[in-house]
Amino acid sequence: MTKSTSPGRLGVRFGYRFNLIGLSALAIILLWGGVAVFAPHIIPHSVGEIVDTDYFGPMSRDLWFGSDYLGRDIFSRILMGARYTLGISLAAVSIACFSGVALGMTAAVAGGWLDSILSRFLDALNSIPSKLFSLVVVAAIGSSIPALIATLSVIYTPGAYRFARALAVNVNTMDFMVVARIRGEGLPYLIASEILPNILGPVLADLGLRFVFIVLLLSGLSFLGLGVQPPYADWGALVRENIGGLPFGAPAVIFPSLAIASLTICVNLLIDNLPRKIRDRSAE
Amino acid sequence: MTGNLVEIRNLRVEATTDAGRRVEIIKDVSLDIAEGEIVALIGESGSGKTTIAMTLMGYTRQGCAIAGGEVRVAGVDMVKLSEAERARIRGTRVAYVPQSAAAAFNPALTIMDQVTEVARIHKLMSAVEARAKALSLFKALSLPEPETIGNRYPHQVSGGQLQRLAAAMALIGQPKVVIFDEPTTALDVTTQVEVLRAFKAVTAQHNIAGIYVSHDLAVVAQIADRIVVLKDGSVQETGTTSQILDDAQHPYTRELLAAFRPKAQQRGPECEETTKRPLLQVDNLTVGYGPRLRDGQPLISVVQAVSLELDRGRNLGIIGESGCGKSTLARAIAGILPAYAGDIIFDGRELGKAGRGRTRNELRQIQIVFQHADTALNPAKSVEDILRRPLTFYHGMSGKARDTRVSELLGLVHLPKSVRHRLPGELSGGQKQRVNFARALAAEPTLILCDEITSALDTVVAAAVVELLKELQRELGLSYIFISHDLSVVEAICDEIIVMYRGQKVEEITPARLTAPQHPYTRLLFSSVPKLDPAWLDNLEQNADAVRAYCRQ
Repeated sequence: MTKSTSPGRLGVRFGYRFNLIGLSALAIILLWGGVAVFAPHIIPHSVGEIVDTDYFGPMSRDLWFGSDYLGRDIFSRILMGARYTLGISLAAVSIACFSGVALGMTAAVAGGWLDSILSRFLDALNSIPSKLFSLVVVAAIGSSIPALIATLSVIYTPGAYRFARALAVNVNTMDFMVVARIRGEGLPYLIASEILPNILGPVLADLGLRFVFIVLLLSGLSFLGLGVQPPYADWGALVRENIGGLPFGAPAVIFPSLAIASLTICVNLLIDNLPRKIRDRSAE
Repeated sequence: MTGNLVEIRNLRVEATTDAGRRVEIIKDVSLDIAEGEIVALIGESGSGKTTIAMTLMGYTRQGCAIAGGEVRVAGVDMVKLSEAERARIRGTRVAYVPQSAAAAFNPALTIMDQVTEVARIHKLMSAVEARAKALSLFKALSLPEPETIGNRYPHQVSGGQLQRLAAAMALIGQPKVVIFDEPTTALDVTTQVEVLRAFKAVTAQHNIAGIYVSHDLAVVAQIADRIVVLKDGSVQETGTTSQILDDAQHPYTRELLAAFRPKAQQRGPECEETTKRPLLQVDNLTVGYGPRLRDGQPLISVVQAVSLELDRGRNLGIIGESGCGKSTLARAIAGILPAYAGDIIFDGRELGKAGRGRTRNELRQIQIVFQHADTALNPAKSVEDILRRPLTFYHGMSGKARDTRVSELLGLVHLPKSVRHRLPGELSGGQKQRVNFARALAAEPTLILCDEITSALDTVVAAAVVELLKELQRELGLSYIFISHDLSVVEAICDEIIVMYRGQKVEEITPARLTAPQHPYTRLLFSSVPKLDPAWLDNLEQNADAVRAYCRQ
C-alpha cells in the first residue's frame, strides 16, 4: 500500500536528490570559480593602478567596493584575488587530503611495520610548527605558486592521514573486511572499495575544514610577504593590508572578509549537503 | 483506567523512502497486555513485530513515524507525549532487551557502569543500592562470578552472558513492561534453558508484563501466556499459547507450525564408499592466539587437536555452546586465523594455514558465511555491488551476464529483485543473512562453512533455507560444514555431527545410524532443545551434575 507524494521541488533527476542549500552553495562556489577563471577580462581597473585620490574610500558608482589603503580599486583586487585564494588552496587541499587519506587507509589495512613507519614519520612532520616550516621553505627556495602549493600540502597531509587512519582502523575490524581478505582481494580494492565508502562522509567534512585552514595559512604567509607577491594579492592578504581601515569601517577590509567567509562556508555547506543517490526506484 | 496495562489501538506506522514515497508498515494493529502477562509477537522477519514492540516506548526507527492510533502504557498514550516525557518513562516503566546485546553495550565502559546507568539517569537509587540490585539480578540471571563480572568490559564476556547482562540492564529500573526483542535467539540451547527460566522467574516474581518478540515458536511456548501471529504488518491470529499450538485457525500459523517440525531427512544410501578420498581432512588442528610457547602450543589455545573428515557431497555439523571453539575451527579451515599446528587437506592437497598462502581457486572453493550479517556486509555498498564482486573476482563476469547472475542468486535465496539497489542497513536481519549466503554462492564453492547462518532466520525461512541447501547440494555437489547451536537444523541436514566442548571434540554422532549420544555433555545439549509444549520447560529435569559441570554457572 503506497501513497505517492510529490518529490521535493528540485525534482529527482538521474536518481539523485540534491537539496536547496547544497545547490545554492554549489552555485556560489561555481560563481567564484568562474570569477577566478575570467578575472583578467572582467576587472574594471588594473589591480596595481591607483584610481582614487583618497585612501579607504567609500563605495561609489565607479569603485563598487571602495578603495584600499593606497587608493586602488578593491572590487578588481578581490576578483583577481579569487584566482590565488581558490587555485592555491584547492590544489593544496586536494593533494594533502588525497595523499593523507590514501596513506592512512593503507596503514590501517596493511598494519605492522608499514603502519609504524608511516605513522612515526608523519607524526614527526606534524610536530614542526606550520608557519615556521613554510617560512623555512620559502626562505630556502623562494616564493612561487608551485612552492606554496607544495608547502601547504606537506603541512596538511599528516592531519588528514591521522584522521583517515583512525576511521579506517574501525572499519578494518568488520567481518566484511575478513570476507574480502579471504576472497583474496588486494590492497587497492580493500582500501578503495571496502573502506573508502564507509569513511567518505567524515573525510569530506575534514576536507572542508582543512580547506579553510589552508586559506587562512595562505593569508598569513601573504601578510608576511612570503605568499602571493604584490601588486597581486589573495583575499587574506587584502584583509591584512587593509586592516588599518577597520576603525573607519572601510569597505576595503569588509569585502575581502566577506569573500573568504562566503567561500569557506559554502564549501562546508556543499559537503554537508552532497547529492544523495535514491535507491527506492519502485515509485517510478 | 481499564484493566489492561498496555492497550494498543488501531496502530499504524509509516516509513518514508528516500524517493519521498510513504509505505505503511504496520496496518491497524490492536492488542492488549494485562498486568503481569507475557504476550509474544511472532512472525517472519519484516512482519513488523519489533516495530510494534518499539512503539511501546513511543519510538520508531529513523524514517518511520507513527501515523495513527494510540499506544497506552499504564493509561498514558506514548504517541502523544513529548520526547522528554517519553525519556522519563523509558527504563522505569518500559524497558527494552535488545536482540544484539553486543551492539547495545558501549565497549569503552565497564558492564557495571552500564547496567546501573538507568538507575543513575533516573535517580532511582544510590550508587551502592544500584550495585547491590545489579548483583542480585546477575545472580537471578545465573551469570558466572556475579561479584566480579560487573568489573569487566563487554568484550571480556561471552555473547550469551552479554545477552543476560542486557536483561539485567533492562530490569534494574523495575519496569512494568519489558520488551524482549529476540533475547535468546543468539544463545546456546543449554544457556537458553537457564535464561528462559530466569526470565520466567523474574517476570513472575516482580509481576512484570512483557512483550516477547521472537520467531521461535518453541521458545515462545515456554514463556508466553498469549501469542499474536503477525504477517506483513497486520495481526493474523491472536490466542492463548495452547490455542495457537493445538488449534491454529489461520493458514499462516499452520505454516509456521509445520515449518517448526523439520521433516525427517531422506538420506541417500548410507555412504556408497565410492569416494576414495575425503573432500576435507583435518588432522590434529590446534588453533589459538598469542605467541607460540616453547612446546609449539599457542599461549591461549581455542581449538585443541581436533580431527575431522568430510566426504564430497556430505555434510558435517559442529555443535557446542558459545566459546567452545567451533567458529574458530571454521576460521582456521577457511584460513582466516592460521592454525598453530595440524594439517588441512582439501581435495587431496594440503592447504596453506593462512589464506595468503592459498591460490585464488583454493580460496574460491571454500567459502565461509558468517553469523552476523550486520557486520559481514559492507553497509556502504548496495546488495548488487556486494554480489557482483565475487562474480567479477572469481569468474571474470561483467555487464549483462553478471547482472543476470545477480538476479539468479537473489532468486536462489528467495529475495525479491527489488532489493538489489538497497543498502544492507535497509534490509531486515533475515534478508541480510540471505544476501550474505548469496555472496558465498556467487563464488560457486565446493565447501561452504556455515557459521550459525540460520540462527538469525525465522523458522519458516530457516526451513526453506535448509531445503535450499539440500537442493543446491543435489545439483552442485556442495558440501557443508554446519556450525550451529540449533540442533534441529543440524540434525535435519548433517550426515555426521561433531560435538565440541571447550576446544575439544567430545563425541561424533551419526544421526542416520541413530546412535544415542553417550557423552553426558551431548545428552545435556540434546535435552535442552525446546519442544513445542508449553509445559516442557517446567517439566524439564536435567542431570544436575551435568548442568553443574558443563554450564559454567
